[in-house]
Amino acid sequence: MKNITDKNLTEQYIKLNQKKVLIGGLLLILLCLFSLLSLSIGGYKLTLAEIYQTLIGRSSSSADLIIWNIRLPRIFAALIAGISLSVSGAVMQCTLRNPLASPYTIGISHGAMFGAALAIILFGIGGAESTGKIFISSPYLVTVFAFLGSLIAVSVILLLAKIKSFAPEAIVLAGVAMSSLFTAGTMLMQYFANDLQLAAMVYWTFGDLGRPNWPEVGLMSIVMLLSIAYFIYQRWEYNALESGEESAKSLGVNTEKTRLLGMLVASILVSINVSFLGIIGFVGLICPHLVRILIGGDYRYLIPISALMGALLLLISDTVARIIISPLVLPVGILTSFMGAPIFLYLLIKRYR
Amino acid sequence: MILNVDGIEFSYPSKNVLKNIKFSVNRGEVVSILGINGAGKSTLLKCINRILKPQKGTVFIDEFDLKKLNSKKIAQKMAYVPQNIAGNNFMTVFDTVLLGRKPYIEWDATEKDLEITGNILKLMQLEKYALRNVFELSGGELQKVIIARALVQEPRVLLLDEPANNLDLKNQLEVMKLIGNISKTQNISAIMVIHDLNLALRFSDKFIMLKDEKIFSEGDSEIINSQNIKEVFNVKAYVDKYNDIPIVVLA
Repeated sequence: MKNITDKNLTEQYIKLNQKKVLIGGLLLILLCLFSLLSLSIGGYKLTLAEIYQTLIGRSSSSADLIIWNIRLPRIFAALIAGISLSVSGAVMQCTLRNPLASPYTIGISHGAMFGAALAIILFGIGGAESTGKIFISSPYLVTVFAFLGSLIAVSVILLLAKIKSFAPEAIVLAGVAMSSLFTAGTMLMQYFANDLQLAAMVYWTFGDLGRPNWPEVGLMSIVMLLSIAYFIYQRWEYNALESGEESAKSLGVNTEKTRLLGMLVASILVSINVSFLGIIGFVGLICPHLVRILIGGDYRYLIPISALMGALLLLISDTVARIIISPLVLPVGILTSFMGAPIFLYLLIKRYR
Repeated sequence: MILNVDGIEFSYPSKNVLKNIKFSVNRGEVVSILGINGAGKSTLLKCINRILKPQKGTVFIDEFDLKKLNSKKIAQKMAYVPQNIAGNNFMTVFDTVLLGRKPYIEWDATEKDLEITGNILKLMQLEKYALRNVFELSGGELQKVIIARALVQEPRVLLLDEPANNLDLKNQLEVMKLIGNISKTQNISAIMVIHDLNLALRFSDKFIMLKDEKIFSEGDSEIINSQNIKEVFNVKAYVDKYNDIPIVVLA
């Protein structure tokens, strides 16, 4: 608690905001350091000199291959997915007026899972390597179907919100219903799938940052940049929404439009990520709450700092996932769920005691 | 005259709420809207600042027809303190009050916005709370913060929905005194929905009693009499005076 009695109220306020910027700066430095660390460690260890030589284009072919084809796209995928999931979580929690809202609340991930399962069973695109590792032989088709599946979920929810004027609370419940429906559909397909298809379906749901290559990373980053720019543009609207529907309206905010567009943009952003990567849980739920505790709930700072926090958490998680049972690589989605649940319980205890 | 409510009619799909509501408010005047639960008092406030869109009628502020203004422009002329006050728990009091500048902000808060916010915080004696988070405040403090946010909008008219609700006696008096002072010193008109007739009598210049979707009676404290109280609230009461202030005593 801080008491202010002197006349320099606005100066103290500006100083408080500068502290938030400083925290953002620190997170950015940490992010750069961890990115370097993540580039160097793994099954094949690289020194900083080797990384430097590779990045300026003067390296051995093996280091070149590892950095440009494997580790860099993976790190970029971690950064983009971390930013996307975390920021859309923050926006969803605001637009749906629910602290438990996350990118998956309105059935996006289950829709994607259903779409992917449908592609696998329709086109029989799953297989096994001689080592027993499951792979998906036509990932683009599965990605497109997963994206369409998540779009169906989003469309149904947004149409209910728009046409039937659903309240945010009702949208969350409709999301639960949609998730349940998609799960039932997926289970039905799994029941009739053969062993390989079943394995491919399950394998697809594990969020894995090793899947995308440069073109996919490029597409994900464009969607991410446009979405984040939109969210930053709307930051004052989100601040007003947090004060309640009527207050926001009386401050001149078109609450219906702000909620609907916020949900639409956040949903598309998450859909792209889920379709390329599979399901990565808890990042979107936890990061915004961590940041609220750290720097408060002002969306002017919450959006950029959630982005940095999401990127950092997912990058660290993925780096751990790569080395924890090396040479095997654990899908990061499993690790985030394992780490996320206890952290979330801790936050709940801290916030609601 | 600053505000003119001109023939407002509003109904929900299954219920008529307001019929041909007409009244006007002068600069710096405090008006209390009275009536039983469900009489449409809160709906009337929301129709005045167009949170709800009335099916008929309109409101003029300084001859501007609010129907023709966008919501940002309306927010520059009229501020609203809702019945269920809420703030973003993880935002500071300064940030919460600064939000009142939202109708003026183009890209980000300017120095002027910060200065106005600082001044209002001082005026309301809230500066010692300024950098605390909203969740650390008591109900009375939060009510003041939300009123401060409304003042930062630099409105001509302040609408308050049950501003003394959920407050203890001391805070009720403090908040009501504050509203009275602001209206006189800042020349802002205030329209409030209120249940406590004695608080209304002590702090208002004008009264509007709603009954059966219409204005039953309108005028100064003379209209708060036994007969009207019986008609509107269906309770027996008589009106006495204490230190020249009329008080309602329930029979």
